[in-house]
Formats: sequence, C-alpha cells, structure tokens
Amino acid sequence: MTTLSARERILGKLRAAGAQPPIGVAEIDTAINAHYSARRPTRPMSIPESVDAMRAALTTAHAEVICASAASWPAQLAERLTAAGVQRLLIDPETPEGAALTGALPDSIEALPFAAPIEAWKRELFETVDAGFTVARSGIAATGTLIVAPDRGSPRTMSLVPPLHIALVRASSLHPDLHSAAKTERWSAGMPTNLVLISGPSKTSDIQQTLAYGAHGPRWMWVVIVIDRIEADGADQ
Amino acid sequence: MTSAPVHFVPPTDFKARARAALQDEALRKSFRGAMDFLQAKRSVQFPDVEELEALRDLGEAVRQHALGRLPELLVELEAKLTAAGVHVHWAETADEANRIIHRIATASGARKIIKGKSMASEEMELNHYLGARGIECIESDMGEYIVQVAGEKPSHIVMPAIHKTRGQIGKLFEAHIPDTPYTEDVDELIQTGRRALRRAFAEADIGISGVNFAAADTGTLWLVENEGNGRLSTTVPAVHIAIMGIEKVVAKLEHIVPLSSLLTRSATGQPITTYFNLISSPRRAHELDGPHEVHLVLLDNGRTQAYADETLRATLQCIRCGACMNHCPVYTRIGGHAYGTTYPGPIGKIISPHLLGLDATADLPSASTLCGACGDVCPVRIPIPKLLVRLRTEANRPPDEAVVHPLRGQGARYSRREHIVWRFWTGAFSRPRAYRMFRWLATRLRALTPRRQLGWTRHRVPLKPAPCSLSELLRERDQPE
Repeated sequence: MTTLSARERILGKLRAAGAQPPIGVAEIDTAINAHYSARRPTRPMSIPESVDAMRAALTTAHAEVICASAASWPAQLAERLTAAGVQRLLIDPETPEGAALTGALPDSIEALPFAAPIEAWKRELFETVDAGFTVARSGIAATGTLIVAPDRGSPRTMSLVPPLHIALVRASSLHPDLHSAAKTERWSAGMPTNLVLISGPSKTSDIQQTLAYGAHGPRWMWVVIVIDRIEADGADQ
Repeated sequence: MTSAPVHFVPPTDFKARARAALQDEALRKSFRGAMDFLQAKRSVQFPDVEELEALRDLGEAVRQHALGRLPELLVELEAKLTAAGVHVHWAETADEANRIIHRIATASGARKIIKGKSMASEEMELNHYLGARGIECIESDMGEYIVQVAGEKPSHIVMPAIHKTRGQIGKLFEAHIPDTPYTEDVDELIQTGRRALRRAFAEADIGISGVNFAAADTGTLWLVENEGNGRLSTTVPAVHIAIMGIEKVVAKLEHIVPLSSLLTRSATGQPITTYFNLISSPRRAHELDGPHEVHLVLLDNGRTQAYADETLRATLQCIRCGACMNHCPVYTRIGGHAYGTTYPGPIGKIISPHLLGLDATADLPSASTLCGACGDVCPVRIPIPKLLVRLRTEANRPPDEAVVHPLRGQGARYSRREHIVWRFWTGAFSRPRAYRMFRWLATRLRALTPRRQLGWTRHRVPLKPAPCSLSELLRERDQPE
C-alpha cells in the first residue's frame, strides 16, 4: 500500500507542474534522422569500406580482427585457438557457424555447449571455461561494435564470463552507425530480453586514468569478420 | 574483503573542507592532472564544432521533450516493463527506496549483493542501510570498489577513485585483500581487483545496478559501461534490482542514440563504451541465464521539487556525464570530497539543494565564479550558471516570503542586514532622483563610509566613494551626463 501511494504522490506532483513538451516527438524524430543521414556519405558504404572501418575501430579498442572467407574462417580460427592454448570453448553447435567451427577443432579443444541453466554449473563456468564463441546479429562499422542478441544456445554469460570472447560477424550485416542499426533492425518494434552492444575487450581506467584491459569481462576479444566472396565482388562493381 | 569504516561528511562544512583541500598539494596535483586528461580526451571526440552543437541541440530536445511528458512516460515505462514481467516500485524518499530493496532482499533470503555503478544508490546510502541489517553489498566497479575498500565515498561521478594515486591503491589492496603484495603496476592492480571480485559475482544472491537511460516505448533499460561488471551484476545473480531517478526516462529507444553518443564522448572521450547493455525483461522460460526476477525502483528523492519550477526543471535534463566537473575551475582545485554531497561539482551544486534542502547546501550555489564553462560543455545544454544564480536568490530569500514554488530550506543564507542593504541599493539605483541624492551624499560624506562592509571586506579593502562623481567630472568638462 505504501508503494502504491508513493506512486500516486510522485505522479500527482509531476502532473501538478503542468509541464508541456516544447517540441513534438515527430519533430525530434525528423531532426535525429536528418542529423545522422546528413553525416553519412551520399553513396552507401561498400562492404570492403565497412570492413575497413570496423577493423580499424576494433583494433583501436584492442580487439584482434580476423577477416576470412566463409570457407576458410573455421580452420583459421581453430589454428589460433590451438596456438592460444584454449582447452574448453563454449559454443552453440546448433548454429551453422558453431557446427562449422566444432568440425574444425582439434582434439585438444573441447567444444562445450551451454547445456544447462547457469545455476547448475556456475562455478564450472567461472573457473574452467577458457573462451566463448558467439555469432553476432550484426555490427556497427563506425564504432567497431558487435550487436549480440543472446538466446538459448548462446546465453548472455557466453560473451561475458570466459576470459576470451570470440565473436563472428558477417561483413554484409555491418551498419554504418548506431542510428542506422536501430532503424534498419527496427528496435522500436520490440526488443529481446537482452541486447548487448560490445565494442572490444573489457577495460577500465579507474586507476589514475591508466587504461587496463580485462577488468571484469573478457580480457581478450577476437572478432571474425566473414567476407563472402560474392558479396565483396558484388560491392566492388 | 575487509574495509575501513565509512566516514560521512555533512555538506554544511563545505567551506572548511574546501580550505583544507586547497592546502593539499597532492590532491590538487592529482585533480589538475586528471581534469586536464579528461578535457583533452573529450575535445578529441568533438573535432567538428558544428556536429557537436547539432548533437547538443538533439540532446537538449530529447531531454526537454521527455521532461515535458514525464508523468505520462513513467506510466508507459511501468506498463511496458510490467507486461514483460519486471516489478516496478516507486519511492518518494531515499529511505523508502532502501526499505523496498531491503524487502526484496528479505523475501528472497539474500545475504550477499553485488553492485554495479549506481549514483542513485549512493544518494540513498544503500550499502550502509543494508549493511546495518546484515546484508553485505560489494561494489564491483573498480573505482567504486577501491573507494569502498578505503571506506570513502566517490569523488567523481564517472571516475569514483580519481583522487587516489596508484601507490595509495597498491597499499590499500596490500592491507585489505589477502595474499596481495604491494605493487604500483596498474595492470596488476586491476587483475587483483578482478580476482577479488570474481567469486563475489558468482556467489551474490542479488545484483544491483543503476540505469543510464530508459526507453518508454519499448520498456528498455539502457546501461553504459566499460568493465563488464554491470553486465555481470545484471546477469549472474538470480535477482536484479535496477535503481533509477525518475527523470531518466525518454520517449523512444531511438532517442537514446544521440544521448548515448553525447554521454560517452563527453564523459570519458570514448566514441562508445565497451558495453551498451539493453535489458527489457527477466529471463524467459527457454533461456539459460539472466535473472529470474527483475525489479526497477523509481526514485524521486527531491526531484519533483526541481520539476515543479519551470526554470529549475532543466536540472533534470542531466545525463550524468561529469563534463561540467571536469571543466570546473572550482572542482579542479578542491576535488569531489570537499562538497560533501553525492554529486560534486557544478551538477552537484544545482541538484543537491533539491535532494538535501538548501539549508544543508546553502554554500554550494555560491561556490562558483559563474565563469560559464559548465554550461558551455554540458551536452544537453543545462543553463547551469543561470540555475546557480537562481538558487542563490532562493537561499537569500526571506524564509517566510510566500512564493509559488518554495524550495526546501528557502532563506538558508538570509541575513536581515544584507537584505536591508540590498533593498536600499535596489531602491537607490532604480529611481533617478533617489540615485542622484544618494550619489551626492555618498561623495560628500565619504569619510563616514564604514570600514567593515559585510562579506566584501573579508578578503578585500573597503570600498570608498570617489570625492566627486563621474557625471560631475563630465559636467566640469562641459560634457553631458
């Protein structure tokens, strides 16, 4: 009952102020759209341009970028994982990418599906998993951002708890900026439980403004940008 | 983890603390360095003045629109979140919010809480409240953690431990975290923090976070961070409690696009932070992690007082980037602790009187040179200097004067003598005949000017009128007045 009346009291005070928005929602929407479209090149970015921007931004943010074709990335990534000494890799084998990578892994790397609710194996997840592999829904070229929508096969902690996060993104899914991503993907039509925008490994500069990586999230981040030959050729024309 | 006892400082001792801070060379050096660093980082992010100004216009428009429809948007946000399974609570005071959170904790039998960064929870002294009731709250943001281990409070809203050197942090960790040798290596110190908090994330019963923005149209909480502790706090424990000041809601998710860009670029000079964490519901039946229960606590704590007044309402446009403090000549010289308030610097001077009352914060609006730097850098164009002047007026208004929107603590600095002097002054300067008479008397009787002139002579030589006025001099030269 007390919280109910707090609600009424707060809303009552706010309503009593009789405030009015000085500018309508349609005007704001138009202004925001105009702001962002005016600052984009008149010709849409080609895929190689998007990939270059994405790679540059991610590299600045201390992520490692691997650009590869759809056919070659699983073997390339498997090789790097082996070299990095990864032993347990969280992966969703149900996705085509997860299946492809699993198939390319050597025996020394265990492909571990996220099979049970976190409560059942929290300790193990925190203490024994070396890396997590997720497929990003899309990316943002300007800021080197991966848009990750966790689901049953790739829950939120997969890109968060292991010290190495590997994200795969298709070059064709790159948006020029956040505004374009939100618009094109129609975020306002409905949001998933959790949507995460990731722009590099975890970091902090809380001690004397000195940048350090691996604060609480992954210390290392690898991003696989898959460039489909046909897409790249098509964009070059 | 052990930590030193927390020292609470009352904001009423501002002047004494400011004086002490000015004598502290190490503190001044560290703030000067940090502020120079943050100013440079910000300015690199805005190479194009036209783009910056256009983005500030958008930011201001989005925030003003949202405030103009605040009650409606809060109800919409509540409806959307409730439909998604989030529990929404309303708290008029900090104490009420603390009680709500304590109740949630008790209901789920929680003993341990892991916290992401939340300035609203600092306002509420939540850790202290829950600690006294046997529930341990551990701060997980590196800066907040350092400050908590030291038994202090944040000195900056974005970088809480900005007043501490790496050497001080090295000693602190050595003393308080088991098996930790002294080091000044920042990487090692961060890894120590990571190690110390790893288990806390896994063992916590509840995760608490703040909220940077909330979108009413989709019912989404938008959290901005670099470390990943916010994601861990809102993902790993079974219960997530988000605390949000009522002003943080905006009409549409897409409106957050320009705001988030203004926030990260103004605050830390980053084009984007490592994580934008957008939460719209608790874990659904088919999902394997994320909290089963999500609560949102909407906190008023004096915000409705600022909201009632059309001018002071602009205070609530704030997106908590900290750029105003990074550019403030006063903050740079005295640091964040001298203020004794949760929010230091210019934003603290204009928001704290609503949270704590003008009686507790009467010195704050005057602790400014009105140089205007804060207003110039504010990403949402809050007219901070104008609001400071307004709060000075309210602090000096007679306590019993009836006004449309009285502020708590009105007249906290009111002095009858000063009031009479100003009344006389206003009267003399607004009536030409009275002014001429005063001028004649003042120049002729200048020998009688009092040597002690209230606050003026505390730091300056007394004012004394000239032997004859400017207009008399002009008249002598046959020039008209």
